[in-house]
Amino acid sequence: MTGTFSEIWVYLSASPLLGLTVTLVAYQGAYWIYRKAKMNPLANPVAISVAVLVALLWFTDTPYPVYFEGAQFVHFLLGPATVALAVPLYANLGNLMKNLLPLGGALIAGSLTAAVTAVGIGWALGASRETLLSLAPKSATAPIAMGVAEKLGGLPSLTGVLVVTTGILGAVLARGTLNLLRIHDHAVRGFAVGVAAHGIGTARAFQVSETMGAFAGLAMGLNGLLTAFLFPLLLKLWGG
Amino acid sequence: MLGAFTVLLVFQLIGEVLVLVSGLPVPGPVVGMLLLFTTLLARGAAPAWLRETCQGLLSHLSLLFVPAGVGVLLHFQRLGAEWLPIAVALVASTVITIGVTALVMRALQR
Repeated sequence: MTGTFSEIWVYLSASPLLGLTVTLVAYQGAYWIYRKAKMNPLANPVAISVAVLVALLWFTDTPYPVYFEGAQFVHFLLGPATVALAVPLYANLGNLMKNLLPLGGALIAGSLTAAVTAVGIGWALGASRETLLSLAPKSATAPIAMGVAEKLGGLPSLTGVLVVTTGILGAVLARGTLNLLRIHDHAVRGFAVGVAAHGIGTARAFQVSETMGAFAGLAMGLNGLLTAFLFPLLLKLWGG
Repeated sequence: MLGAFTVLLVFQLIGEVLVLVSGLPVPGPVVGMLLLFTTLLARGAAPAWLRETCQGLLSHLSLLFVPAGVGVLLHFQRLGAEWLPIAVALVASTVITIGVTALVMRALQR
């Protein structure tokens, strides 16, 4: 019996089917929990699936590259998903043109603040150079941030983890921060969450109102573009 | 859906090739996104079949983060050694960014 089991295990762990399937099953389960928790940002489905899969790989003693053989098919879709951001960006063009100055100013201020505070605080507290470079693009949406981290010389997979954590933090902390600053306009609230906390913040904003979601989505797309073009330039100027 | 997916991959491919040829320090898919955006501007509309597939793909965006997130396995040692700077940087930077973005936008609206 155990002989048969280990034969099946050897067969399955050599094929990409297992890694791909457990990724989808873990996500479905995590999403079910998220819905049951009434979409509470603390029950973030990405955080839950990652925790479950890490535990699974740990207990089965499976190396990450073996898991990634299968999971790469999901990971690959980050590229087309980045291209697909053009469509909501185009749909929000009207909002952008009407508010060009406030949105442009807020975007540049927010995007720079995100990178400078993260890198500055990390540096002051003694983080390593690779960690700092992986932290810099953490407020951009994952596919862009990971691409930028790679170009900067950071660790894309670490950036992926930092981006997801930032998104969850943004979704949890936005309401308190904005209430404290007495900012109640949904357009402003949405845009701020989108700049700071990309797709996870945007998903959250859409649950509050359509306006907040639209401005968050616009901010996510614009911040992705700005991060992709500006950060490698800034690093060059900085002499890195 | 297949047509829209083909369009996305073709734009990504053109983006990757342009980056390779020009040496631009930008991810290829971002260039693909800009090219698609420019194409939509030139056409004056986004066709419904493209909108539907893109919405579908983006509504599952968070699933696509998962394999990268599991990569945390590779970084346990680093995170163990540098957890304090990373945690403080993420929390403080996120709160400050939300505040600065909102305040600048409100100030410029007036």
